[in-house]
Amino acid sequence: MTSRNKHIILKTKGLSIGYTSKKAIAVIAEHINIELKQGELIGLVGANGIGKSTLLRTITTIQQPLDGEIDLNGKPLQSYSGVALAKAMSLVLTEQLMSKNLSVLELIALGRQPYTNWVGNLTEDDISIINTAIEQTNISDLKHRKCFELSDGQLQKVMIARALAQDTDLIILDEPTTHLDMYHKAYILKLLQQLAKETNKTILFSSHEIDLAIQLCDTMVVMTNDTVISDTPCNLIEQGVFETLFPEDLIGFDQKTGSFRVKK
Amino acid sequence: MSKNYTYSFIILALILVLCFLTNISLGSVSIPISEIFDSLFGASDNYIIQNYRLPKALTAILVGSGLGISGLLMQTLFRNPLAGPFVLGISSGASLGVALVILGSGLFGGVLATFLISKWSIVIAASLGSFLVLLAVLLVSSKVRDTMAILIIGLMFGSITAAVVSVLAYFSSAEQLQQYIFWGFGSLGNLSWHELLIFFCIYSFGIVLTIVSIKALNTLLLGENYAKSLGINIKKSRYIIILATSLLAGTITAFAGPIAFIGLAIPHITRQVFNTSNHKVLLPAVFLFGAIIMLICDSIAQLPTSDYTLPINAITSLIGAPVVVWLLVRQRKMVF
Repeated sequence: MTSRNKHIILKTKGLSIGYTSKKAIAVIAEHINIELKQGELIGLVGANGIGKSTLLRTITTIQQPLDGEIDLNGKPLQSYSGVALAKAMSLVLTEQLMSKNLSVLELIALGRQPYTNWVGNLTEDDISIINTAIEQTNISDLKHRKCFELSDGQLQKVMIARALAQDTDLIILDEPTTHLDMYHKAYILKLLQQLAKETNKTILFSSHEIDLAIQLCDTMVVMTNDTVISDTPCNLIEQGVFETLFPEDLIGFDQKTGSFRVKK
Repeated sequence: MSKNYTYSFIILALILVLCFLTNISLGSVSIPISEIFDSLFGASDNYIIQNYRLPKALTAILVGSGLGISGLLMQTLFRNPLAGPFVLGISSGASLGVALVILGSGLFGGVLATFLISKWSIVIAASLGSFLVLLAVLLVSSKVRDTMAILIIGLMFGSITAAVVSVLAYFSSAEQLQQYIFWGFGSLGNLSWHELLIFFCIYSFGIVLTIVSIKALNTLLLGENYAKSLGINIKKSRYIIILATSLLAGTITAFAGPIAFIGLAIPHITRQVFNTSNHKVLLPAVFLFGAIIMLICDSIAQLPTSDYTLPINAITSLIGAPVVVWLLVRQRKMVF
């Protein structure tokens, strides 16, 4: 893991995640130690209900960790104010937009909110950053369309552009490939890989597209029932981690092709 | 960046001035237009204009714009096109206050009763009623994490107060009931300059809070989790938005009665016409539309050249509802 000496953007130490209620504490996963490095594309995979969303919700401060620490750029996550965090971490969520009547340009411009003045006026700098984000995601032709006119794939590109416009070191995407066809799944993940390389941003996404993630990611974080392992896809295949992802009765992992097969 | 709306705004502002002058020139006593201009610019003292029609026209502007803006705030905050200024139970609170004074005065009896049914006591009772409901909603909203829960709680408060009013009504005399129902019709014409000044001060405070919230409102268009990730303090913004709505809707109800429909309809009319969700554009546009439509409704309510004045509350719905239906049918799609 220390082959490349890159700056570490996000680091968790002995992190344990889950939910607290009045009666009990439900631990979903513990002893999570992961490091996200600058300029890397990181895929987070695991079976349904294993805690991917909980982990992302914890890293994005939507919910509190049960134990352990999360450091963002060397500072504890809790020490960030709302606006400071907004300048360090941007999100692409699965939830529906409340208003789809916004134009693509207006939506991406909202990404500049942490930087704009009290009434939200855009400066020249803001506008040039927005335009760069639009070029990087190849959506110049959609600029003046309304969000309700877009297909799922187009909307996902727009949401990624919005996150880029927020100009953060870390971008986190929660299942960016759901509802997309095979081509657009590959397209979005390829775009993310390209963006990580070009902009030197760290991009973390959760996904069920394990095959694609193995081909495109620099690092993968694999959540299984017992542990959370993070390494390069090749190393993970060698260690046989993917075999432990799912119950063995139905599908098996083929090490040669790096994909899952249905057992006949 | 965004489309240029300057022309639309200039046209709307001109329409507003036109409606304002028309509103003042109409009434049971006909006054020549030259006399109106002289009076407005201080060249002559026309008692009817200066002490009756001018305050009424100004009240109409404040009421229409204030209700429209508070409706817009609620629709954005609750992500619900059916929300209006009164979803938090503010008008129900005011109604309860007024009902206690008018319907309950029989219970207190004698001298106290005649004192209670003065105009100021109704304004104070309405303010107190809406303020208490506001307080309850704010208390609850600091405890509840889900914004939708606040909406339901507001509706529940409304049901409770409505039930208490029903009980009071059951024990009241016919005259008291009539008086209460007349209050419920709403009225723009009863304000003195002194009252108008107080009204204007509270109204302005509500507007300032709204302007401060523009950025948060726009961010809320993405949904609460996105807004949070963009550095917006959701709880604080929610507080300010609820407070602004309560101040606007509360004072309006106190001074002009529970005027229905405008608060729900104006934001929709504005969105359909301007086809945008950007609050920097919507807010001034809602102000203008609210003021214009309220002035038009009031002009119609006076039944020009007759001595009758129809209840403003009925007119707003009679005029407003068909407009909203027509806009929705024409555009075939709701802009929200």
